[in-house]
Amino acid sequence: MRTPPMFNLFKTVKIVMTCAFLLVAGRSVDSADWRQFRGNEANSVTQEVLPTELSGDSIAWKVALPGRGVSGPIIIGNRLFLTASSGYSQDRLHVLCFDSESGKQLWERQFKALGRTTCHDKMCNATPTMAGDNERVYAFYSSNDLICLDHDGNLQWFRALGSEFPNASNSLGMSSSPIVIGSTVVVQVESDAEAFACGVDCESGETKWQIDRPHAANWTSPTLIRGSGDRPSLALLQSSKGLTAVDPETGAVVWNFAKGASTIPSATVSGETIVIPSNGLTALTPSEDGASFTEIWNASNLSPATSSPVVMDGLAFTLNSAGALSAANAQTGERVWQLRLKGPFSGTPIAAGGHLYMFNEGGTAFVVRPEADKGTILSELDITEDVILSSPAAAHSALFVRSDGSLWKFSRP
Amino acid sequence: MGTLSAQEAADGLKAPEAIAVLRAVQPQSKGSGDARKALETLISGGSKNLLPILKGFRDSTPLAANWLCNAFSGIADAETTAGRTLPADSMLAFVNDTAESPIARRLAYETLLAGDPSLKEKLIPSMLLDPSPEFRRDAVTMLLENAAKLEDSAAAVALYQQALKGAVHEDQVKTIAKALRDAGQPVDVRKHFGFLAQWQMIGPFDNKDEKGFAVSYPPESQLDFQAEYDGQLGKVSWQPLASEDDFGVVDIAKQIKNFKGSAMYAATAYQSAADQTVELRLGTPNAWKLWVNGKLEFEREEYHRSSQMDQYVVPVRLNSGANTILLKICQNEMDQDWAQRYQFQIRVSDATGAAVLPASATASRAAGVNQ
Repeated sequence: MRTPPMFNLFKTVKIVMTCAFLLVAGRSVDSADWRQFRGNEANSVTQEVLPTELSGDSIAWKVALPGRGVSGPIIIGNRLFLTASSGYSQDRLHVLCFDSESGKQLWERQFKALGRTTCHDKMCNATPTMAGDNERVYAFYSSNDLICLDHDGNLQWFRALGSEFPNASNSLGMSSSPIVIGSTVVVQVESDAEAFACGVDCESGETKWQIDRPHAANWTSPTLIRGSGDRPSLALLQSSKGLTAVDPETGAVVWNFAKGASTIPSATVSGETIVIPSNGLTALTPSEDGASFTEIWNASNLSPATSSPVVMDGLAFTLNSAGALSAANAQTGERVWQLRLKGPFSGTPIAAGGHLYMFNEGGTAFVVRPEADKGTILSELDITEDVILSSPAAAHSALFVRSDGSLWKFSRP
Repeated sequence: MGTLSAQEAADGLKAPEAIAVLRAVQPQSKGSGDARKALETLISGGSKNLLPILKGFRDSTPLAANWLCNAFSGIADAETTAGRTLPADSMLAFVNDTAESPIARRLAYETLLAGDPSLKEKLIPSMLLDPSPEFRRDAVTMLLENAAKLEDSAAAVALYQQALKGAVHEDQVKTIAKALRDAGQPVDVRKHFGFLAQWQMIGPFDNKDEKGFAVSYPPESQLDFQAEYDGQLGKVSWQPLASEDDFGVVDIAKQIKNFKGSAMYAATAYQSAADQTVELRLGTPNAWKLWVNGKLEFEREEYHRSSQMDQYVVPVRLNSGANTILLKICQNEMDQDWAQRYQFQIRVSDATGAAVLPASATASRAAGVNQ
């Protein structure tokens, strides 16, 4: 489906007017992009304004995908990048690039997995979401193959972490998505038999640092506290033991929250609040210099299931295994309302323009307007019979989501 | 193709060096900088580099093969987008040359197939025993589709039996075995996959608090099948255990006793027809260590993250004649329903997943262990 020309003009003007370029570690980041799992700041929040009424007319395009994929798309400028995996043993790795305006496929590159590819049937090798920056994209798979390509599909480096560290695997599959902080790709590779986190140089692919991690299966993804002023950026690594803040340049541990945490949903950061799926939900705030933290609340009745928590406009949101969306005061942890949705959900919601966007496993999209005392479903749309396990992405006024076999773009009709 | 210009010839001369650079990449991103430049050289050279790149896959490392794959796709993409034709005849000849890399042949095939879907019918039927598991799978799929359409059961049985010769994947073998057994035909799935079914076992030894994984109990230093040792619950000695399972599963929990917090050893002998590299393919939900001829090949301390056929693939070197395979398998003390399995399955295969059968069962028995 083509976008009407008038709307293209509207979008172009709007992008020029509202698009903000952040300077992060000397690199410009278009805030309208969606460059990694849970967005540029790895917290599922975007300033983009998305359509609040989803219908067939809001589907700008839909394209077919090869193989399988639980990973979400990333968008850098007008290019959308996505992974998939195929083959009897899930050992065929795909990296795909589309024109995000038209949905036209620009290129596809395939590789052979060099690590273990065994997964639970619900997962697949292409479960982690890739990450990217102005020059490159970084595709990661359950087999622990970390592949760097330029935006035209030319291989820059290939780290076969699965064969470099053959015991760092899980027969149920690995799902941790890498994030880019400055010039470092931060990766968590954690299983019962072997576990580590490392920082890989974006340009060379060489390991800047590597640290041992708790030997326990872990499906969470790293997140970050963006530096400001004298406070440096920190990578936050979650595990069953808790949450560890490390210097993304050196891997040096800065502080450690040791009260345990979930091994599936991941922590999120909103302003000065770090929300961790720990003993329900626990909130920390970093010190001014970033060298320590203070625990500010814990709420045992806010346990997220698979989806990670999201914070927007002073409210912290979690989805439980029954599909109930809970909203809590982000300053106190007090639950203020619940809204029953049709679950279950695997993907993490997006917070955009005062609304939450989420897709359940059954292929139904929801737009929820949260208020101080209640949440309202503004829009509900069945888009597919296929299963959706991925987290959606939002960029340049549009919403994107994928199932195994399809990729959709939603925008204002 | 016309005569090469001087510039083209010069570019062509660069290709072997560039391919050599890609073949030389090493783990930990060593050689990536040079490889990026080599990639650029190859891609800018266009379609004349496609065949040299494909030939460069032969005996390359898996990591290098991925670089070569990217070079090939970069050129093929650019040529196709520009509306230029690929060297189809030479690529087709390459696909049919089974001495070349299976990955490269498949890459060439799929590139050609995109422009000529009829290639599937022309090529795949003859690939039942191909060195590429993907080609074999396609050939088996075709035979199964044809067999399912037949009303003549004798003809269908013949096709299923033919398909079985090439099948290396669990799902296809299960489909074939069911069809043949439904038709009253015997199928030895265990032998087809090369599962090791005859074992000598000893234990239990202590693995309380998962501490026994790191303990070197006597079988790790000496295999004496007449010996008796102090075990977890008293004296233990080697006992024969045979798996009757189609997939060679040795169910310790079911056949002996589900000793929680214990470790067992299983040994067998394998008579190899030659000095050769094979794959030992293991499936187990338990922690394990694997030795071949006294050499520790791999160990993994993980419990109850599922059990699947070919869950772990361990390349090992076998000597011509008798070889000893020793497995240590550990159960922990988790009490959840899904954490009670105490089992393993091991088979010997080549890189395609096809069974590598022992040369002689008699010779294996003479080596001191039933097989």
